[in-house]
Amino acid sequence: MSARHSLPRSIAAHGILITYTLIALFPVFVIVINSFKSRQAIFREPLALPTRETFDLIGFQTVLAQGDFFQYFQNSMIVTVASLFFVLLFGAMAAFALSEYRFRGNSLMGLYLALGIMIPIRLGTVAILQLMVATGLVNTLTALVLVYTAQGLPLAIFILSEFMRNVSDDLKNAGRIDGLSEYRIFFRLVLPLVRPAMATVAVFTMIPIWNDLWFPLILAPSEPTKTITLGSQVFIGQFVTNWNAVLAALSLAIVPVMVLYLIFSRQLIRGITAGAVK
Amino acid sequence: MARRKGFRWHIAVFLAPAVLVYTAIMIIPLIGTLNLSLFGKGETGRVFVGLANFATLFGDPRWSAAFWNALANNAWFFLVHMLVQNPVGVMLAALLSSPRLRMAAFYRTAIFVPTILSFVIVGFVWKLILSPIWGIAPNMLDAVGLKSLFAPWLGREGTALTTLALVSVWQFVGIPMMLIYAALLSIPDEVIEAAEMDGVTGWPQFWKIKLPLILPSIGIISVLTFVGNFNAFDLIYVSQGALAGPNFATDLLGTFLYRTFFGFQLQLGDPHMGATIATAMFGIILVGVCIYLFAIQTRLRRYQF
Repeated sequence: MSARHSLPRSIAAHGILITYTLIALFPVFVIVINSFKSRQAIFREPLALPTRETFDLIGFQTVLAQGDFFQYFQNSMIVTVASLFFVLLFGAMAAFALSEYRFRGNSLMGLYLALGIMIPIRLGTVAILQLMVATGLVNTLTALVLVYTAQGLPLAIFILSEFMRNVSDDLKNAGRIDGLSEYRIFFRLVLPLVRPAMATVAVFTMIPIWNDLWFPLILAPSEPTKTITLGSQVFIGQFVTNWNAVLAALSLAIVPVMVLYLIFSRQLIRGITAGAVK
Repeated sequence: MARRKGFRWHIAVFLAPAVLVYTAIMIIPLIGTLNLSLFGKGETGRVFVGLANFATLFGDPRWSAAFWNALANNAWFFLVHMLVQNPVGVMLAALLSSPRLRMAAFYRTAIFVPTILSFVIVGFVWKLILSPIWGIAPNMLDAVGLKSLFAPWLGREGTALTTLALVSVWQFVGIPMMLIYAALLSIPDEVIEAAEMDGVTGWPQFWKIKLPLILPSIGIISVLTFVGNFNAFDLIYVSQGALAGPNFATDLLGTFLYRTFFGFQLQLGDPHMGATIATAMFGIILVGVCIYLFAIQTRLRRYQF
């Protein structure tokens, strides 16, 4: 055993991990500290923390005066939460059907639904845009919610059905003997039991939706429907030379995701190590 | 069972919403896109042209040069991920999973941070840091006496693509790290203890015992990397624009598809050629996934504990 825990070995391990942690966090750190500095200070000493002389909120003032960031943020929230709700609800229902009942075409249906894990939905963009134009959904948040629901379902069904296979049959059969309908068994018994798996799926579904640039750019680029990712991209493109504003916009885009991540990170790690995605 | 009880409606009710949304928004448009590539713009709307679009894509020198350029860039982009992202991910996971490591949770959380950031943030952050105007990268190299190494990496044809690939590696290294970490944790203690009884520890233990056991996870990560890389678009679009400069040196299939479909500057948008490129990408991804499923996955040995 002692060979595994020798001192030089563990110092080396910490050394490598600390180095990589610095590489991972350094860019975020640089952006956030510089967004609170005056223009001259940004260029003179980019790596210094803001001091009393160099502290300046001009960047944030420009951003909040120019772009409608509150509106973008709200749009992103609506799209993400609504898509997440549908992915979890529909995904769990389908996963329950696939894992609980034996019926003809069960495994074929599972394969069909898993196809979307490997084939990216972006390749259908041309026809999706035509569909949205035909149904008048271009430049609505509904279009984005629909696309993201379809995009999130395959992985959600795959992970959730793995988990639902482990829910004890005795419990469900006891429910059936007590006269519960299949719907009640699903909503009252099974759903609460797979809550940890749902949280994992939620995190995996949420990150790509919140960060997506492709579909907002193509399906909903109008001012009232811009998401925060698209909004900050457009804003930064217009203000390339105003460094204060660009850095402030980047900070504003980083903070909400970081907060969400720190809240959910425990759950995410627990879900992965529980073997959800192996 | 089914015949005796009659049709079990609840199964249909449970499956219907997911199947309907998935089919209507994902499968039908995918088929529609594949189908659209067989049509062209005629005098009276859309006309069937068979494989003419593919003949243009591969036969017309202007189209085929752009396509092969994007495909070659994409292949290099993928290779950089395989050679840097996955080994680094495995190394970090191996270090993290060493028993009794302090602060493991902190490292895990911190190293995963870039993965949750959007491409917009990642693209601009690195553009600013590598910018010769701001001088963070040159000054840091100066501090260790390597200033002569600095070059405007993103602006040069020779280095721009590799630089962006490494930025993408920086962003996504958390995913292989997490999945391998989970795989390493699931190796039972008895196996490790048996190895230690036989005197296999440290590096030999990793190479001979652990690595073969996590190979299936590395396989899955490779195929996910492949699918992700071959429809990458955002990072290039954000940092280099849809023209994927300098001089198309960073053009990937995703940006090529975007430019063709929507048009850019003087080039008009063309949905039919766009669909043709999407079909080609579909074929490439399908071939890659099939190679994995049939040639690699079936040969991997899975161990049951």
